[in-house]
Amino acid sequence: MTLEPNSVYEKIITELPDGEKLKSCLQCGNCTGSCPSATDMDYAPRGLFALIAAGQDEKVLRANTFWYCVSCYQCTVRCPQEIPITDIMYHLKHQAIEKGLYTTDAKDFSGTFIGMVEHFGRSFELGLAAGFHLLHHPLESVKMAPMALGMMSRGRLKLLPKRIKNMGQLRAILDKAKEIGA
Amino acid sequence: MKYAWYPGCSAEGNSFAYDETSRMIAEALGIEFQEIDDWNCCGATEYFSVNQLPAYALVARNLALINAEETPQVIAPCSACYINLKKTDEKMAKYEQLNTEVNVALAAGNLSYEPGAVKSRHFLDVVCNDVGYEAVKEKMTQSLAGLTLVPYYGCYMGRPEDNFDHPERPQTMDTLLKTLGADVPDYSLKTICCGGHMTQLSAEASLRILRHLLEGANQLNADAMVVGCPMCQLNLDAYQKDVNSAYKTNYQIPIVYFSQVMGLAFGMDPETLMFERGIVSSKAMLEKWLTAEPASKKRRRREKRDKNALPMPKQLES
Repeated sequence: MTLEPNSVYEKIITELPDGEKLKSCLQCGNCTGSCPSATDMDYAPRGLFALIAAGQDEKVLRANTFWYCVSCYQCTVRCPQEIPITDIMYHLKHQAIEKGLYTTDAKDFSGTFIGMVEHFGRSFELGLAAGFHLLHHPLESVKMAPMALGMMSRGRLKLLPKRIKNMGQLRAILDKAKEIGA
Repeated sequence: MKYAWYPGCSAEGNSFAYDETSRMIAEALGIEFQEIDDWNCCGATEYFSVNQLPAYALVARNLALINAEETPQVIAPCSACYINLKKTDEKMAKYEQLNTEVNVALAAGNLSYEPGAVKSRHFLDVVCNDVGYEAVKEKMTQSLAGLTLVPYYGCYMGRPEDNFDHPERPQTMDTLLKTLGADVPDYSLKTICCGGHMTQLSAEASLRILRHLLEGANQLNADAMVVGCPMCQLNLDAYQKDVNSAYKTNYQIPIVYFSQVMGLAFGMDPETLMFERGIVSSKAMLEKWLTAEPASKKRRRREKRDKNALPMPKQLES
């Protein structure tokens, strides 16, 4: 088959290391059978790969599939064609953000996490959970209180993160990386 | 044996007990640590999944801060930190362009990293394969006999590739816990993911995954599940109550770190091993162990059979 330029399929094949292995997908379903989140996905991995091959790009990028990927690599180690499935899921997240086509708030969770790392150099659970839930699910965050108290009483939840000493250096590195990667 | 030490962000809060007891175990086994000065977060799974190059640069800063001549290996107690350090080093070695780009980024902070200079290791790997089971046995003062400990590895000890254990049938922790004298059942779910950060995204999806794991361990009459990753510990421990209320179950399985149970076998005071940091109480497990003394003696006696005794009758070949 011919690849549509700039399609999801073509981008995976040309931009991702070992991405061309996606061409050899057998639709065997080992990935879906191994996936711990498959039942909660709009399309499980095998189905998603069929949609990619069929050029259904918008359906693909609007799916929650890759946002529900837990990065466990179970599919990757079981794939008989050695397709880097987890890396493809990462790449699809990237493509969905690029095109502004995402319907889940998982992207905001990643955003909160990344923002925290870029600000402090380290992550801390309370800031992550609070920042994400207060912004996106203010009512849900109340439900988290008993668990948070349990963690705090056992000294496992910090109120403030530790900022690394040389934050300026880390920022310079990340800014440069973003500049090259853009 | 001297290694660089990368504690990871969890060590400062959630997994304080793991960090602390790992340092105690290391000291007992003669493993010397040099904590990376001013280390930063590894980016977990979030950073990599959204923006690749800054994610590699973020991790590479940690590798660049290590004096590779003094400590050519770095230990991460957290599985996610371990896999990110390892992945960055290996991908930089494999892909020339990535290596160049990461180093251009590092140069903006007056740093550089040559791939292959620092080898990333998981703390469990170092304990089992560098120190070795024999040396662990020598340090033991008490057996963990009488306790049923279910080893749970999670994702990154064996996946995605060339890690220190098998992706589907890892044995490192099984052997370690058996060495400590515990009963170690064959837990078929030991490499199934705990859901990672899914708890923050979909309660339904994550509780279903966690219930599956807890039910499996419960069927094996686990006195505790033993882990080597702060994320696995947090999910199974802090959300166990939520699983119980969602599924009308009543699991009370303490989720402990392998370093904590090693401390017990090494004769360290259980109070210093921070079991009370777990949300699910370890009290029942500790009490069972303390009262299980006679059983362990019985076991030892059975092993020391008289060499001159008559052999057991052999089964007839048909």
